[in-house]
Amino acid sequence: MTGILAVQGAFAEHAHILDLLSENYVLIRKKQDIPQNLDRLILVGGESTVQSKLIYELDLFQILRDKISENMPVLGTCAGLILLAQEIRDQNQTCFGTLPVCVKRNAYGRQLGSFSHTGHIGEIQNFPMRFIRAPYIEKILDPEVRILNLTDQKITAVQYQNQIGIAFHPELTDDLRIHQLFLNL
Amino acid sequence: MQNHQNVDRYALNKELAQMLKGGVIMDVTTPEQAKIAESAGACAVMALERIPADIRAAGGVSRMSDPAMIKGIQDAVSIPVMAKCRIGHFAEAQILQAIAIDYIDESEVLSPADDVYHIDKSKFQVPFVCGAKDLGEALRRVAEGASMIRTKGEPGTGDVVQAVRHMRKMQSQIAAITSMREDELFETAKQLQVPVELVRFVHENKKLPVVNFAAGGVATPADAALMMQLGAEGVFVGSGIFKSGNPEKRAAAIVKAVTNYNDPALLASLSENLGEAMVGINEQEIALLMAERGK
Repeated sequence: MTGILAVQGAFAEHAHILDLLSENYVLIRKKQDIPQNLDRLILVGGESTVQSKLIYELDLFQILRDKISENMPVLGTCAGLILLAQEIRDQNQTCFGTLPVCVKRNAYGRQLGSFSHTGHIGEIQNFPMRFIRAPYIEKILDPEVRILNLTDQKITAVQYQNQIGIAFHPELTDDLRIHQLFLNL
Repeated sequence: MQNHQNVDRYALNKELAQMLKGGVIMDVTTPEQAKIAESAGACAVMALERIPADIRAAGGVSRMSDPAMIKGIQDAVSIPVMAKCRIGHFAEAQILQAIAIDYIDESEVLSPADDVYHIDKSKFQVPFVCGAKDLGEALRRVAEGASMIRTKGEPGTGDVVQAVRHMRKMQSQIAAITSMREDELFETAKQLQVPVELVRFVHENKKLPVVNFAAGGVATPADAALMMQLGAEGVFVGSGIFKSGNPEKRAAAIVKAVTNYNDPALLASLSENLGEAMVGINEQEIALLMAERGK
């Protein structure tokens, strides 16, 4: 069963894409929502400070972190990428810390710096990318991390084992290919 | 990056509001309060010199805040920072855009600068949120370029009755339009005084074309849960936090109530020992109805 972290942010948009792909899912707002057979997780866009606080305070941290460490497939978009990152620039506290990259939050500045672009994500050609107060990946911390996209020399999408981390928002488009890639992990 | 900058700015601005969903936007007046709000789990802060309850108490003309004060708050937190300008005061809005504000609230909480025209928000790069009492107001603001809507409620009162009334009104009007025949949409557009394209969007999608938050009078976790169950996609809390006995604890409880608004057992534990809520004033006791400003 695919879980979508639904403590804050754009979880409905990810759910809509899974609906289009006829994939079952459960929205996770608290510990009791985590199904026994959770085998896939989406960490959604939103505010990473809010989400990471709620992950701890609603007792979601340990269970989800253990599953991710055991190689459960996970897709993190924008704030979700920040939750996965092993290091966050200018910030001591990280959340799951399972993806060996260093991210920079609000890397393009405030909302005036938000932009859209089209590019290749690994083998996926011409994917519409929506960057909303987005982070980017400043540094790769493990040679096994595969870079899926560079936009203006900045790393905006990576894969490491079963973790996909993306700085933009595939859930804001009607392009299903990144979700399909994730569901095939 | 420059050549990407102007492409579908309005869509990007609506999408920022989508990222705020399921969150709480808190009024703050100092960098210290902003930090408290951020660490309590606010998804954004509204920077203003005086919270609505104090604006109400002080009386007189209330205006956009000092840009230096807003910048101090921008420097203090990493979450989006919003600020208010007066209804129709496009020069205040230009100033807020010049300091790269993340969202402008063209707000009835401040004294209106124009009693006829709202700001043409489509002329701006930064996004706007506007208040609405019903679907007509909401869609008129969207037609002017607002990329997010909130109920007006009655700010600074700690009384949720008006926010409830506005949210129920909008939801029932949306439900009515959804069930109409297509040939009835023209007359509805005429009655609501809005473009028929927006009515058609509501008809087809069963919702507003932009994110819709609750605002005005939310003071407790239960108030926040009530508004979410009535269909709000998130909540603004103004005076309710920093006019209460224990702002940190109350703010954190309201954040969790918005996430788990359908879990009464959790809401019960969140509502325990929060200290004193803001005193509040009842609708009948106030001389100034801010919600009547700007239609």
